Amino acid sequence: MTKPRASFVQLKDVTLGYDRHPAVHHVSGCFEAGSLTAVIGPNGAGKSTLLKAIAGTLKPLDGTIVMGTDSPRLAYLPQLAELDRDFPISVEDLVGTGFWRKIGSFRRYSSNDRLLIDETLEKVGLVGFNKRLLGTLSGGQLQRVLFARLMVQDAEIILIDEPFAAIDTKTVSDLIGLVQHWHHEGRTIIAVLHDMSLVAEFFPDCLLLARECVAWGATSHILTPDHLAKARTMIEANDPHADTCERAA
Amino acid sequence: MINLFDLLIMPFADFAFMRRALIGSIALSIGACPIGVFLMLRRMSLVGDAMAHAILPGAALGYLFAGLSLGFMTAGGLIAGFIVALLAGLVTRITILKEDAALASFYLISLAGGVVLVSLRGSNVDVLHVLFGSVLALDDHTLLLLAIAASVSLLSLAVLFRPLVLECVDPSFLRTVSNSGSLSHYGFLALVVLNLVAGFHALGTLLSVGLMMVPAFAARFWSSTLDGMILFATLIGVLSSSLGIVISYHAGTPTGPTIILSAGAFYLLSILFGQKNGLILRLLPRKHLVA
Repeated sequence: MTKPRASFVQLKDVTLGYDRHPAVHHVSGCFEAGSLTAVIGPNGAGKSTLLKAIAGTLKPLDGTIVMGTDSPRLAYLPQLAELDRDFPISVEDLVGTGFWRKIGSFRRYSSNDRLLIDETLEKVGLVGFNKRLLGTLSGGQLQRVLFARLMVQDAEIILIDEPFAAIDTKTVSDLIGLVQHWHHEGRTIIAVLHDMSLVAEFFPDCLLLARECVAWGATSHILTPDHLAKARTMIEANDPHADTCERAA
Repeated sequence: MINLFDLLIMPFADFAFMRRALIGSIALSIGACPIGVFLMLRRMSLVGDAMAHAILPGAALGYLFAGLSLGFMTAGGLIAGFIVALLAGLVTRITILKEDAALASFYLISLAGGVVLVSLRGSNVDVLHVLFGSVLALDDHTLLLLAIAASVSLLSLAVLFRPLVLECVDPSFLRTVSNSGSLSHYGFLALVVLNLVAGFHALGTLLSVGLMMVPAFAARFWSSTLDGMILFATLIGVLSSSLGIVISYHAGTPTGPTIILSAGAFYLLSILFGQKNGLILRLLPRKHLVA
Protein backbone atom coordinates (compact mmCIF):
# COMPACT_ATOMS: atom_id res chain seq x y z
CA MET A 1 0.00 0.00 0.00
CA THR A 2 1.31 3.48 -0.76
CA LYS A 3 2.34 5.53 2.21
CA PRO A 4 -0.51 7.91 2.92
CA ARG A 5 0.15 11.61 2.86
CA ALA A 6 -0.70 13.16 6.16
CA SER A 7 -3.05 16.07 6.35
CA PHE A 8 -3.99 18.40 9.18
CA VAL A 9 -7.48 19.64 9.99
CA GLN A 10 -7.68 23.20 11.20
CA LEU A 11 -10.78 24.73 12.77
CA LYS A 12 -10.99 28.50 12.44
CA ASP A 13 -13.59 29.91 14.83
CA VAL A 14 -16.04 27.21 13.80
CA THR A 15 -19.68 27.36 14.90
CA LEU A 16 -21.88 24.41 13.97
CA GLY A 17 -25.52 23.83 14.61
CA TYR A 18 -28.99 23.11 13.42
CA ASP A 19 -31.63 25.70 12.62
CA ARG A 20 -29.32 28.55 13.82
CA HIS A 21 -28.98 27.01 17.32
CA PRO A 22 -25.28 26.33 17.83
CA ALA A 23 -24.25 22.82 18.93
CA VAL A 24 -20.56 23.69 18.69
CA HIS A 25 -19.77 27.29 19.49
CA HIS A 26 -16.69 29.24 18.28
CA VAL A 27 -14.09 26.47 18.34
CA SER A 28 -10.58 27.09 17.02
CA GLY A 29 -7.60 24.80 16.90
CA CYS A 30 -5.76 22.25 14.83
CA PHE A 31 -5.63 18.47 14.55
CA GLU A 32 -1.99 18.17 13.49
CA ALA A 33 -1.00 15.99 10.54
CA GLY A 34 -0.49 12.44 11.78
CA SER A 35 -2.04 13.11 15.19
CA LEU A 36 -4.31 10.69 17.03
CA THR A 37 -6.97 12.64 18.91
CA ALA A 38 -9.89 11.57 21.06
CA VAL A 39 -12.88 13.91 21.14
CA ILE A 40 -14.62 13.59 24.51
CA GLY A 41 -17.38 15.36 26.38
CA PRO A 42 -20.87 14.84 27.78
CA ASN A 43 -23.85 13.83 25.65
CA GLY A 44 -25.00 16.74 23.51
CA ALA A 45 -21.58 18.36 23.63
CA GLY A 46 -21.40 18.52 19.84
CA LYS A 47 -18.86 15.73 19.26
CA SER A 48 -20.73 13.98 16.46
CA THR A 49 -21.70 17.34 14.98
CA LEU A 50 -18.03 18.30 14.79
CA LEU A 51 -17.19 15.07 12.97
CA LYS A 52 -20.04 15.59 10.50
CA ALA A 53 -18.73 19.05 9.73
CA ILE A 54 -15.16 17.84 9.16
CA ALA A 55 -16.54 15.05 6.96
CA GLY A 56 -18.30 17.75 4.95
CA THR A 57 -21.89 16.57 5.46
CA LEU A 58 -22.79 19.57 7.65
CA LYS A 59 -22.07 23.16 6.64
CA PRO A 60 -20.64 25.41 9.39
CA LEU A 61 -22.94 28.25 10.50
CA ASP A 62 -19.80 30.32 10.93
CA GLY A 63 -16.04 29.98 10.55
CA THR A 64 -14.08 27.64 8.28
CA ILE A 65 -12.48 24.22 8.35
CA VAL A 66 -9.17 24.02 6.49
CA MET A 67 -7.35 20.82 5.57
CA GLY A 68 -3.71 20.30 4.67
CA THR A 69 -4.28 19.31 1.09
CA ASP A 70 -6.96 20.60 -1.24
CA SER A 71 -9.14 17.52 -1.36
CA PRO A 72 -7.67 15.09 1.14
CA ARG A 73 -8.81 11.49 1.12
CA LEU A 74 -11.12 11.41 4.08
CA ALA A 75 -12.85 8.41 5.62
CA TYR A 76 -15.76 8.82 8.02
CA LEU A 77 -17.40 6.13 10.11
CA PRO A 78 -20.60 7.53 11.66
CA GLN A 79 -22.51 5.82 14.45
CA LEU A 80 -24.14 2.58 13.35
CA ALA A 81 -27.70 3.85 13.22
CA GLU A 82 -27.71 4.95 9.58
CA LEU A 83 -26.81 1.56 8.10
CA ASP A 84 -29.63 -0.64 6.75
CA ARG A 85 -28.53 -4.05 7.97
CA ASP A 86 -31.46 -5.84 6.35
CA PHE A 87 -30.39 -4.92 2.83
CA PRO A 88 -29.03 -8.03 1.07
CA ILE A 89 -25.42 -7.08 0.45
CA SER A 90 -22.38 -9.26 1.12
CA VAL A 91 -19.45 -8.39 3.37
CA GLU A 92 -17.01 -8.17 0.46
CA ASP A 93 -19.33 -5.92 -1.54
CA LEU A 94 -19.70 -3.53 1.38
CA VAL A 95 -15.94 -3.48 2.01
CA GLY A 96 -15.49 -2.96 -1.75
CA THR A 97 -17.50 0.27 -1.61
CA GLY A 98 -14.39 1.67 0.11
CA PHE A 99 -12.83 1.77 -3.38
CA TRP A 100 -15.55 4.18 -4.53
CA ARG A 101 -13.19 7.06 -5.24
CA LYS A 102 -11.22 4.77 -7.54
CA ILE A 103 -13.94 2.80 -9.29
CA GLY A 104 -17.02 5.00 -8.91
CA SER A 105 -20.28 3.78 -10.39
CA PHE A 106 -18.97 1.90 -13.39
CA ARG A 107 -15.38 0.62 -13.26
CA ARG A 108 -14.46 -2.93 -12.24
CA TYR A 109 -12.42 -3.96 -9.26
CA SER A 110 -8.88 -4.90 -10.31
CA SER A 111 -7.51 -8.24 -9.14
CA ASN A 112 -5.33 -6.23 -6.76
CA ASP A 113 -8.42 -4.63 -5.28
CA ARG A 114 -9.95 -8.06 -4.68
CA LEU A 115 -6.74 -9.24 -3.08
CA LEU A 116 -6.72 -6.18 -0.85
CA ILE A 117 -10.30 -6.91 0.25
CA ASP A 118 -9.25 -10.44 1.27
CA GLU A 119 -6.16 -9.18 3.08
CA THR A 120 -8.13 -6.51 4.87
CA LEU A 121 -10.79 -8.97 6.01
CA GLU A 122 -7.94 -11.08 7.40
CA LYS A 123 -6.55 -8.08 9.27
CA VAL A 124 -9.87 -7.40 10.97
CA GLY A 125 -10.23 -11.06 11.87
CA LEU A 126 -12.99 -12.02 9.42
CA VAL A 127 -11.33 -14.61 7.20
CA GLY A 128 -13.90 -16.42 5.07
CA PHE A 129 -16.66 -13.91 5.70
CA ASN A 130 -16.57 -12.60 2.10
CA LYS A 131 -19.97 -13.90 1.00
CA ARG A 132 -21.80 -13.49 4.30
CA LEU A 133 -24.78 -11.14 4.18
CA LEU A 134 -24.75 -8.07 6.41
CA GLY A 135 -27.89 -9.16 8.26
CA THR A 136 -26.18 -12.32 9.56
CA LEU A 137 -23.40 -10.47 11.41
CA SER A 138 -23.22 -9.63 15.09
CA GLY A 139 -22.68 -6.03 16.19
CA GLY A 140 -18.97 -6.59 16.76
CA GLN A 141 -18.49 -8.34 13.42
CA LEU A 142 -20.29 -5.52 11.63
CA GLN A 143 -17.98 -2.98 13.22
CA ARG A 144 -15.01 -5.06 12.05
CA VAL A 145 -16.42 -4.98 8.51
CA LEU A 146 -16.76 -1.20 8.69
CA PHE A 147 -13.18 -0.91 9.93
CA ALA A 148 -12.12 -3.04 6.97
CA ARG A 149 -13.85 -0.58 4.65
CA LEU A 150 -12.05 2.31 6.38
CA MET A 151 -8.76 0.57 5.65
CA VAL A 152 -9.66 -0.01 2.02
CA GLN A 153 -10.40 3.70 1.69
CA ASP A 154 -6.73 4.35 2.43
CA ALA A 155 -7.53 7.81 3.79
CA GLU A 156 -5.26 10.57 5.04
CA ILE A 157 -7.85 11.68 7.57
CA ILE A 158 -9.93 9.12 9.45
CA LEU A 159 -12.99 10.16 11.49
CA ILE A 160 -14.66 7.57 13.72
CA ASP A 161 -17.74 8.27 15.84
CA GLU A 162 -18.10 6.14 18.99
CA PRO A 163 -16.73 3.01 17.32
CA PHE A 164 -16.67 0.97 20.53
CA ALA A 165 -20.23 1.49 21.78
CA ALA A 166 -21.84 -1.83 22.79
CA ILE A 167 -18.90 -3.96 21.67
CA ASP A 168 -17.10 -6.64 23.70
CA THR A 169 -13.58 -6.16 25.09
CA LYS A 170 -11.89 -8.58 22.67
CA THR A 171 -13.27 -6.70 19.66
CA VAL A 172 -12.40 -3.35 21.22
CA SER A 173 -8.79 -4.36 21.79
CA ASP A 174 -8.50 -5.74 18.23
CA LEU A 175 -9.95 -2.56 16.75
CA ILE A 176 -7.80 -0.31 18.98
CA GLY A 177 -4.81 -2.24 17.61
CA LEU A 178 -5.88 -1.27 14.09
CA VAL A 179 -6.28 2.38 15.10
CA GLN A 180 -2.76 2.38 16.53
CA HIS A 181 -1.47 0.79 13.34
CA TRP A 182 -3.07 3.60 11.27
CA HIS A 183 -1.45 6.08 13.63
CA HIS A 184 1.98 4.54 13.00
CA GLU A 185 1.32 4.79 9.27
CA GLY A 186 1.06 8.53 9.79
CA ARG A 187 -2.65 9.04 9.19
CA THR A 188 -4.55 11.80 10.99
CA ILE A 189 -7.18 10.19 13.22
CA ILE A 190 -10.03 11.84 15.10
CA ALA A 191 -12.23 9.57 17.25
CA VAL A 192 -15.27 10.38 19.39
CA LEU A 193 -15.03 8.26 22.54
CA HIS A 194 -16.75 7.83 25.91
CA ASP A 195 -14.39 5.38 27.64
CA MET A 196 -11.88 7.56 29.53
CA SER A 197 -9.56 4.65 30.31
CA LEU A 198 -9.22 3.90 26.58
CA VAL A 199 -8.55 7.57 25.92
CA ALA A 200 -5.89 7.79 28.63
CA GLU A 201 -4.16 4.62 27.47
CA PHE A 202 -4.17 4.90 23.69
CA PHE A 203 -4.82 8.49 22.57
CA PRO A 204 -1.89 10.95 22.80
CA ASP A 205 -4.13 13.99 22.17
CA CYS A 206 -7.53 14.93 23.41
CA LEU A 207 -10.20 17.54 22.71
CA LEU A 208 -12.67 18.07 25.55
CA LEU A 209 -15.81 19.54 24.07
CA ALA A 210 -18.86 20.90 25.85
CA ARG A 211 -20.43 22.92 23.06
CA GLU A 212 -17.36 25.12 23.42
CA CYS A 213 -13.79 23.88 23.50
CA VAL A 214 -13.06 23.26 27.20
CA ALA A 215 -9.50 22.06 26.67
CA TRP A 216 -7.42 20.73 23.80
CA GLY A 217 -3.92 19.27 23.96
CA ALA A 218 -1.90 16.35 25.31
CA THR A 219 -4.27 13.89 26.95
CA SER A 220 -2.44 13.92 30.30
CA HIS A 221 -3.08 17.67 30.56
CA ILE A 222 -6.70 17.46 29.53
CA LEU A 223 -8.10 14.66 31.68
CA THR A 224 -8.00 16.64 34.93
CA PRO A 225 -10.84 16.85 37.48
CA ASP A 226 -11.05 20.60 36.91
CA HIS A 227 -11.58 20.29 33.18
CA LEU A 228 -14.10 17.47 33.50
CA ALA A 229 -16.08 19.36 36.12
CA LYS A 230 -16.15 22.39 33.85
CA ALA A 231 -17.40 20.27 30.95
CA ARG A 232 -20.30 19.04 33.10
CA THR A 233 -21.61 22.56 33.67
CA MET A 234 -22.03 23.21 29.97
CA ILE A 235 -24.82 25.52 28.87
CA GLU A 236 -27.84 23.71 27.48
CA ALA A 237 -28.07 23.99 23.72
CA ASN A 238 -31.16 25.02 21.80
CA ASP A 239 -32.75 27.54 24.17
CA PRO A 240 -35.80 28.65 22.15
CA HIS A 241 -35.52 32.20 23.52
CA ALA A 242 -31.77 32.58 22.91
CA ASP A 243 -30.56 35.96 21.61
CA THR A 244 -28.42 36.19 18.51
CA CYS A 245 -24.73 35.66 19.19
CA GLU A 246 -22.76 38.93 18.90
CA ARG A 247 -19.31 37.44 19.46
CA ALA A 248 -16.92 38.65 16.76
CA ALA A 249 -16.18 36.01 14.17
CA MET B 1 -58.40 -35.80 -21.50
CA ILE B 2 -57.26 -32.25 -21.12
CA ASN B 3 -54.83 -31.36 -23.83
CA LEU B 4 -52.10 -29.06 -22.50
CA PHE B 5 -51.37 -27.84 -26.01
CA ASP B 6 -54.96 -26.71 -26.53
CA LEU B 7 -55.01 -25.18 -23.10
CA LEU B 8 -51.77 -23.22 -23.12
CA ILE B 9 -50.57 -22.76 -26.70
CA MET B 10 -53.66 -22.66 -28.95
CA PRO B 11 -55.02 -19.36 -27.68
CA PHE B 12 -51.76 -17.68 -28.68
CA ALA B 13 -51.50 -19.57 -31.98
CA ASP B 14 -55.05 -18.65 -32.91
CA PHE B 15 -55.26 -15.01 -31.94
CA ALA B 16 -52.86 -12.16 -32.64
CA PHE B 17 -54.31 -10.06 -29.80
CA MET B 18 -53.35 -12.83 -27.36
CA ARG B 19 -49.77 -12.81 -28.66
CA ARG B 20 -49.64 -9.04 -28.35
CA ALA B 21 -50.95 -9.20 -24.80
CA LEU B 22 -48.30 -11.78 -23.94
CA ILE B 23 -45.41 -9.80 -25.43
CA GLY B 24 -46.63 -6.55 -23.88
CA SER B 25 -47.00 -7.94 -20.39
CA ILE B 26 -43.64 -9.75 -20.58
CA ALA B 27 -41.99 -6.44 -21.52
CA LEU B 28 -43.75 -4.82 -18.57
CA SER B 29 -42.52 -7.53 -16.20
CA ILE B 30 -38.92 -7.18 -17.36
CA GLY B 31 -39.01 -3.43 -16.82
CA ALA B 32 -41.07 -3.16 -13.65
CA CYS B 33 -40.19 -6.19 -11.50
CA PRO B 34 -36.55 -5.20 -10.76
CA ILE B 35 -37.80 -1.74 -9.79
CA GLY B 36 -40.28 -3.39 -7.44
CA VAL B 37 -37.46 -5.27 -5.68
CA PHE B 38 -35.69 -2.00 -4.91
CA LEU B 39 -38.92 -0.36 -3.72
CA MET B 40 -39.54 -3.29 -1.39
CA LEU B 41 -35.98 -3.31 -0.01
CA ARG B 42 -36.11 0.45 0.58
CA ARG B 43 -39.39 0.03 2.49
CA MET B 44 -41.06 2.10 -0.20
CA SER B 45 -43.62 -0.50 -1.26
CA LEU B 46 -46.48 1.96 -1.02
CA VAL B 47 -44.65 4.64 -3.02
CA GLY B 48 -45.70 2.82 -6.19
CA ASP B 49 -49.33 3.22 -5.16
CA ALA B 50 -48.90 6.89 -4.41
CA MET B 51 -47.20 7.41 -7.77
CA ALA B 52 -49.98 5.58 -9.58
CA HIS B 53 -52.50 8.00 -8.08
CA ALA B 54 -50.28 10.93 -9.03
CA ILE B 55 -50.13 9.75 -12.64
CA LEU B 56 -53.86 9.24 -13.06
CA PRO B 57 -54.85 12.93 -13.42
CA GLY B 58 -52.07 13.51 -15.95
CA ALA B 59 -53.30 10.67 -18.09
CA ALA B 60 -56.89 11.85 -17.73
CA LEU B 61 -55.90 15.38 -18.83
CA GLY B 62 -54.15 13.91 -21.84
CA TYR B 63 -57.39 12.10 -22.64
CA LEU B 64 -59.38 15.33 -22.31
CA PHE B 65 -57.09 17.07 -24.77
CA ALA B 66 -56.78 14.43 -27.39
CA GLY B 67 -59.04 11.51 -26.62
CA LEU B 68 -57.56 8.04 -26.42
CA SER B 69 -54.21 9.23 -27.73
CA LEU B 70 -51.21 7.15 -26.73
CA GLY B 71 -48.82 10.10 -26.94
CA PHE B 72 -50.91 12.61 -24.97
CA MET B 73 -51.89 10.20 -22.23
CA THR B 74 -48.33 8.95 -21.86
CA ALA B 75 -46.87 12.45 -21.77
CA GLY B 76 -49.56 13.59 -19.31
CA GLY B 77 -48.86 10.67 -17.00
CA LEU B 78 -45.09 11.12 -17.15
CA ILE B 79 -45.28 14.85 -16.49
CA ALA B 80 -47.69 14.50 -13.58
CA GLY B 81 -45.55 11.72 -12.07
CA PHE B 82 -42.26 13.61 -12.46
CA ILE B 83 -43.69 16.82 -11.00
CA VAL B 84 -45.04 15.02 -7.93
CA ALA B 85 -41.75 13.12 -7.43
CA LEU B 86 -39.68 16.30 -7.76
CA LEU B 87 -41.89 18.40 -5.47
CA ALA B 88 -41.99 15.64 -2.85
CA GLY B 89 -38.20 15.30 -2.97
CA LEU B 90 -37.78 19.07 -2.70
CA VAL B 91 -40.10 19.39 0.29
CA THR B 92 -38.34 16.45 1.97
CA ARG B 93 -34.98 18.11 1.58
CA ILE B 94 -35.81 21.67 2.57
CA THR B 95 -38.56 21.29 5.19
CA ILE B 96 -39.20 19.25 8.31
CA LEU B 97 -41.64 16.85 6.54
CA LYS B 98 -40.45 13.30 5.89
CA GLU B 99 -40.62 11.71 2.48
CA ASP B 100 -43.84 9.75 3.05
CA ALA B 101 -45.73 12.85 4.19
CA ALA B 102 -44.40 14.96 1.32
CA LEU B 103 -45.27 12.32 -1.27
CA ALA B 104 -48.74 11.71 0.18
CA SER B 105 -49.56 15.42 0.17
CA PHE B 106 -48.61 15.94 -3.46
CA TYR B 107 -50.25 12.86 -4.88
CA LEU B 108 -53.48 13.77 -3.09
CA ILE B 109 -53.31 17.32 -4.49
CA SER B 110 -52.60 15.90 -7.92
CA LEU B 111 -55.45 13.42 -7.70
CA ALA B 112 -57.97 16.00 -6.46
CA GLY B 113 -56.81 18.55 -9.04
CA GLY B 114 -57.22 16.01 -11.78
CA VAL B 115 -60.77 15.15 -10.74
CA VAL B 116 -61.73 18.85 -10.59
CA LEU B 117 -60.27 19.55 -14.03
CA VAL B 118 -62.07 16.61 -15.55
CA SER B 119 -65.42 17.61 -14.06
CA LEU B 120 -64.94 21.28 -15.12
CA ARG B 121 -64.79 20.14 -18.72
CA GLY B 122 -68.19 18.61 -18.04
CA SER B 123 -67.45 15.70 -20.30
CA ASN B 124 -68.29 12.24 -19.12
CA VAL B 125 -64.84 10.78 -19.54
CA ASP B 126 -64.61 7.07 -19.79
CA VAL B 127 -61.70 6.60 -17.42
CA LEU B 128 -62.18 2.86 -17.26
CA HIS B 129 -59.42 2.48 -19.81
CA VAL B 130 -57.04 4.48 -17.65
CA LEU B 131 -58.08 2.74 -14.47
CA PHE B 132 -58.00 -0.84 -15.64
CA GLY B 133 -56.12 -0.82 -18.93
CA SER B 134 -56.79 -2.89 -21.98
CA VAL B 135 -54.13 -5.53 -22.28
CA LEU B 136 -56.11 -7.39 -24.97
CA ALA B 137 -56.20 -4.33 -27.23
CA LEU B 138 -52.53 -3.35 -27.52
CA ASP B 139 -51.79 -1.81 -30.92
CA ASP B 140 -48.36 -1.59 -32.56
CA HIS B 141 -47.53 1.80 -31.09
CA THR B 142 -48.45 0.74 -27.58
CA LEU B 143 -46.36 -2.43 -27.89
CA LEU B 144 -43.45 -0.34 -29.10
CA LEU B 145 -43.91 2.00 -26.14
CA LEU B 146 -43.89 -0.91 -23.69
CA ALA B 147 -40.73 -2.34 -25.28
CA ILE B 148 -38.95 1.04 -25.21
CA ALA B 149 -39.97 1.64 -21.61
CA ALA B 150 -38.63 -1.78 -20.58
CA SER B 151 -35.33 -1.22 -22.43
CA VAL B 152 -34.82 2.29 -21.05
CA SER B 153 -35.70 1.05 -17.58
CA LEU B 154 -33.24 -1.87 -17.65
CA LEU B 155 -30.39 0.20 -19.08
CA SER B 156 -30.94 3.06 -16.63
CA LEU B 157 -31.11 0.66 -13.73
CA ALA B 158 -27.76 -0.80 -14.81
CA VAL B 159 -26.25 2.70 -14.84
CA LEU B 160 -27.75 3.64 -11.47
CA PHE B 161 -27.20 0.24 -9.88
CA ARG B 162 -24.14 0.81 -7.71
CA PRO B 163 -25.03 4.23 -6.27
CA LEU B 164 -28.61 3.05 -5.80
CA VAL B 165 -27.53 0.01 -3.77
CA LEU B 166 -25.21 2.14 -1.67
CA GLU B 167 -27.91 4.79 -1.22
CA CYS B 168 -30.11 2.00 0.19
CA VAL B 169 -27.50 0.37 2.48
CA ASP B 170 -25.45 3.27 3.70
CA PRO B 171 -26.63 6.70 2.50
CA SER B 172 -24.36 8.64 4.84
CA PHE B 173 -21.32 6.83 3.44
CA LEU B 174 -22.39 7.58 -0.13
CA ARG B 175 -22.68 11.25 0.83
CA THR B 176 -19.04 11.35 1.97
CA VAL B 177 -17.60 9.72 -1.16
CA SER B 178 -19.84 11.01 -3.93
CA ASN B 179 -22.68 13.37 -4.68
CA SER B 180 -24.53 10.89 -6.86
CA GLY B 181 -26.97 10.16 -4.02
CA SER B 182 -29.74 12.51 -5.08
CA LEU B 183 -29.16 11.74 -8.77
CA SER B 184 -29.69 8.04 -8.15
CA HIS B 185 -32.70 8.75 -5.94
CA TYR B 186 -34.49 10.94 -8.49
CA GLY B 187 -33.38 8.71 -11.35
CA PHE B 188 -34.90 5.78 -9.55
CA LEU B 189 -38.20 7.61 -8.92
CA ALA B 190 -38.25 8.54 -12.62
CA LEU B 191 -37.98 4.84 -13.45
CA VAL B 192 -40.88 4.08 -11.12
CA VAL B 193 -42.98 6.68 -12.94
CA LEU B 194 -41.88 5.46 -16.39
CA ASN B 195 -42.84 1.86 -15.63
CA LEU B 196 -46.17 2.80 -14.11
CA VAL B 197 -47.05 4.97 -17.10
CA ALA B 198 -46.08 2.17 -19.48
CA GLY B 199 -48.08 -0.19 -17.30
CA PHE B 200 -51.33 1.72 -17.34
CA HIS B 201 -51.85 1.16 -21.05
CA ALA B 202 -51.98 -2.57 -20.39
CA LEU B 203 -53.10 -2.94 -16.79
CA GLY B 204 -54.44 0.47 -15.83
CA THR B 205 -52.87 2.93 -13.41
CA LEU B 206 -54.07 1.14 -10.30
CA LEU B 207 -53.12 -2.40 -11.24
CA SER B 208 -49.78 -1.71 -12.93
CA VAL B 209 -48.40 -1.25 -9.40
CA GLY B 210 -49.42 -4.85 -8.79
CA LEU B 211 -47.17 -6.27 -11.48
CA MET B 212 -44.35 -4.12 -10.12
CA MET B 213 -44.66 -5.05 -6.45
CA VAL B 214 -46.31 -8.46 -5.95
CA PRO B 215 -43.62 -10.52 -7.80
CA ALA B 216 -40.96 -8.70 -5.75
CA PHE B 217 -42.64 -9.75 -2.50
CA ALA B 218 -42.84 -13.36 -3.72
CA ALA B 219 -39.16 -13.30 -4.76
CA ARG B 220 -38.16 -12.41 -1.19
CA PHE B 221 -39.05 -16.00 -0.26
CA TRP B 222 -36.81 -17.59 -2.92
CA SER B 223 -33.50 -15.76 -2.64
CA SER B 224 -31.56 -13.83 -0.03
CA THR B 225 -29.30 -11.98 -2.47
CA LEU B 226 -30.19 -8.89 -4.49
CA ASP B 227 -29.37 -10.49 -7.87
CA GLY B 228 -31.42 -13.54 -6.95
CA MET B 229 -34.42 -11.48 -5.91
CA ILE B 230 -34.35 -9.47 -9.14
CA LEU B 231 -34.17 -12.66 -11.23
CA PHE B 232 -36.94 -14.42 -9.32
CA ALA B 233 -39.16 -11.32 -9.35
CA THR B 234 -38.83 -10.95 -13.12
CA LEU B 235 -39.43 -14.66 -13.63
CA ILE B 236 -42.53 -14.61 -11.41
CA GLY B 237 -43.74 -11.48 -13.20
CA VAL B 238 -43.41 -13.16 -16.61
CA LEU B 239 -45.09 -16.36 -15.38
CA SER B 240 -47.97 -14.47 -13.76
CA SER B 241 -48.54 -12.48 -16.94
CA SER B 242 -48.60 -15.57 -19.14
CA LEU B 243 -50.76 -17.55 -16.75
CA GLY B 244 -53.12 -14.63 -16.16
CA ILE B 245 -53.68 -14.12 -19.87
CA VAL B 246 -54.41 -17.82 -20.45
CA ILE B 247 -56.77 -18.09 -17.48
CA SER B 248 -58.66 -14.95 -18.46
CA TYR B 249 -59.05 -16.37 -21.99
CA HIS B 250 -60.57 -19.61 -20.78
CA ALA B 251 -62.56 -18.23 -17.85
CA GLY B 252 -63.68 -15.05 -19.56
CA THR B 253 -62.41 -12.85 -16.71
CA PRO B 254 -60.92 -9.37 -17.24
CA THR B 255 -57.26 -9.88 -18.15
CA GLY B 256 -55.43 -7.20 -16.15
CA PRO B 257 -56.88 -8.18 -12.78
CA THR B 258 -56.41 -11.88 -13.60
CA ILE B 259 -52.68 -11.26 -14.19
CA ILE B 260 -52.36 -9.59 -10.80
CA LEU B 261 -54.40 -12.38 -9.18
CA SER B 262 -51.98 -14.91 -10.68
CA ALA B 263 -49.09 -12.95 -9.19
CA GLY B 264 -51.01 -12.98 -5.91
CA ALA B 265 -51.29 -16.77 -6.13
CA PHE B 266 -47.53 -17.04 -6.68
CA TYR B 267 -47.06 -14.76 -3.69
CA LEU B 268 -49.21 -16.89 -1.38
CA LEU B 269 -47.51 -20.08 -2.59
CA SER B 270 -44.12 -18.47 -1.96
CA ILE B 271 -45.07 -17.52 1.59
CA LEU B 272 -45.98 -21.17 2.20
CA PHE B 273 -43.34 -23.05 0.22
CA GLY B 274 -40.52 -20.51 -0.23
CA GLN B 275 -36.93 -21.68 0.20
CA LYS B 276 -36.06 -18.66 2.30
CA ASN B 277 -38.21 -18.34 5.42
CA GLY B 278 -41.20 -20.04 3.82
CA LEU B 279 -43.74 -21.11 6.46
CA ILE B 280 -43.71 -24.85 5.68
CA LEU B 281 -39.93 -25.04 5.88
CA ARG B 282 -40.00 -23.20 9.16
CA LEU B 283 -42.57 -25.57 10.66
CA LEU B 284 -40.79 -28.76 9.53
CA PRO B 285 -38.91 -30.35 12.41
CA ARG B 286 -35.32 -29.91 11.23
CA LYS B 287 -32.28 -30.28 13.45
CA HIS B 288 -30.06 -27.26 13.87
CA LEU B 289 -26.57 -27.21 12.41
CA VAL B 290 -23.26 -27.40 14.25
CA ALA B 291 -22.09 -23.94 13.19
